[in-house]
Amino acid sequence: MLIRILKFLIVPVILVALGVGVVYYVVENPTDSMVARMLTYDFIIDSMEKHLIMVFVSMVAAMAVGIPVGIMLTRPTFYYVGKVIENIVNVGQTVPSLAILALFFTFLGLGFNTAVFALWLYSILPILRNTFAGIMSVQPEVVESAKGMGMTPWRILSRIELPIAYPIIIAGIRTAIVINVGTATLATFIGAGGLGDMIVTGISVRREMVTFTGAALSALLAILLDYIIGRIEKNLVRWS
Amino acid sequence: MIRLEDLTKRFPGMERPAVNKLNMEVGKGEVCVLVGPSGCGKTTTMKMINRLCEPTEGKIYVDGQDTSRINPIKLRLDIGYVIQQIGLFPHMTINDNVATVPREKKWPSEKTKKRTEELLELVGLDPEEHGKRYPSGLSGGQQQRVGIARALAADPPIMLMDEPFAAVDRITRSRLQNEFLRLQKELNKTIIFVTHDIDEAIKMGDRIAVLRNGELIQYDEPGNILSAPAGDFVANLVGKNRSIKRLHLIRAQEILGEDHGGVSLDTPRETLKQKVEESVISTIMVVDEKGNLKGMVGAHALQERDGDRAEDIMEEVPDTVTDDATLNDALSVMLEIGEGYVPVVTADGKFRGTLTLNSLLDQVRSEKSAD
Repeated sequence: MLIRILKFLIVPVILVALGVGVVYYVVENPTDSMVARMLTYDFIIDSMEKHLIMVFVSMVAAMAVGIPVGIMLTRPTFYYVGKVIENIVNVGQTVPSLAILALFFTFLGLGFNTAVFALWLYSILPILRNTFAGIMSVQPEVVESAKGMGMTPWRILSRIELPIAYPIIIAGIRTAIVINVGTATLATFIGAGGLGDMIVTGISVRREMVTFTGAALSALLAILLDYIIGRIEKNLVRWS
Repeated sequence: MIRLEDLTKRFPGMERPAVNKLNMEVGKGEVCVLVGPSGCGKTTTMKMINRLCEPTEGKIYVDGQDTSRINPIKLRLDIGYVIQQIGLFPHMTINDNVATVPREKKWPSEKTKKRTEELLELVGLDPEEHGKRYPSGLSGGQQQRVGIARALAADPPIMLMDEPFAAVDRITRSRLQNEFLRLQKELNKTIIFVTHDIDEAIKMGDRIAVLRNGELIQYDEPGNILSAPAGDFVANLVGKNRSIKRLHLIRAQEILGEDHGGVSLDTPRETLKQKVEESVISTIMVVDEKGNLKGMVGAHALQERDGDRAEDIMEEVPDTVTDDATLNDALSVMLEIGEGYVPVVTADGKFRGTLTLNSLLDQVRSEKSAD
């Protein structure tokens, strides 16, 4: 047990150490006074915090909507509704993320809430689509035998369909979270803050070190979250 | 036990009904086989019994009770259900799969656990070895055994089986069929068994219902279906080689004599030589003092191998059948091992005798003259 926990911790510890290393290095060794003024511990931690909150809130909300709607669409009653919704969401996903942000700030205004709303909308699709696909992938004979043995529809969903669909649903959450962390760097354009602040300011004042810090931290964050969810999936699914 | 009254099912958009005014009755403890070509309505009929499919017209009575008045969930919990594709739950261990219905019925966990182990043993699986595995770790035949154990879990009086042995190879299938018949003798369930294979129907059924285009053509005992098929359709289904089909109806133990003709482990070479020469198949079986089959000695082994006693000379037996196997099973095994004989053993491994190709031919000839 202890060995398993340690094994689980190796990668996250390395990633966090790398992040801390980068932050420590850039703050302690600024290339000039301008970089020194920009890259302070306070500013970096504040950006990181905002970024994480944006990702966390939008992801939780996206799961809260995507999974139930995905399940609902697999029920025979909603089959045609499901097709329509799936198409709408598919078209929605083809709109570039920056355009989504631009689109919403015109009527939701600038700021944090708009960014979270756009990220939420953007993260629903992979989750919804994978939930739908995961449940549809359950072999019909498995459901038929469950039904034939006298399981209620609710029990079939909770004991058979969802557990079998877990790997695919979690894969959807993984895709969504990686896209989400990346897209959240664009939130800076509508004044929502986050790690994107460093990337964009760094570019506009031509200080690579600032851009690098923002980019490196968001990349490390994406890898870390992806890894953690991947491990959760492995622990949940022992049978395949 | 089960009575179908004017049972009819129409699917929307279909010209003729899938099942048309079916009337039949299945007695308690009987195996009723529904047989017919695909699309004849046999599966639909079966599914109407546990209400996976609702009848358009007509009634089904189980134990005198109209099933349309029973809650379908409650009805299904008391009817075992086995399908061709098995439908084991891939994310659950074998134990959990078998425990499905007891858990739905909220049995205490101790009782469920005991019952699960008991059932796995009943269908010939080792609870220690297989219980904690996932279905993907089992062979097709083993999976089907689990499927049957799962259906039997809460000891339902009725079982519905839809081509349960169709997905396994021929030899495994006949093994499973024999084991199932042996089980049925103990359990005495009322069984509705669906198949498209007339050979299987003749072997498994106490009664056979031949269906065609949703209508019942003939409902009778296997022997009568063979000797007096009602019309061309049934005659064609049964086929021209009816005397060979009768091999399905005769069990090995019925034509074996009292004396199994084996020799003991310490038989000297000279006696063996003499016995092998006398034998029609030039082979003699060797049994130990408990009567278990240990090996065999043929002319070849006598030449090639040294030693003075049967124990040292004998070779391994290529394959055996059980004494409740049908003559047709025995024939399949003979063809499989490429020999004109097959040793017969009881379920607990005691040697019963040797079936030869000639003895099978004699049976076919006598059936033919009887026809």
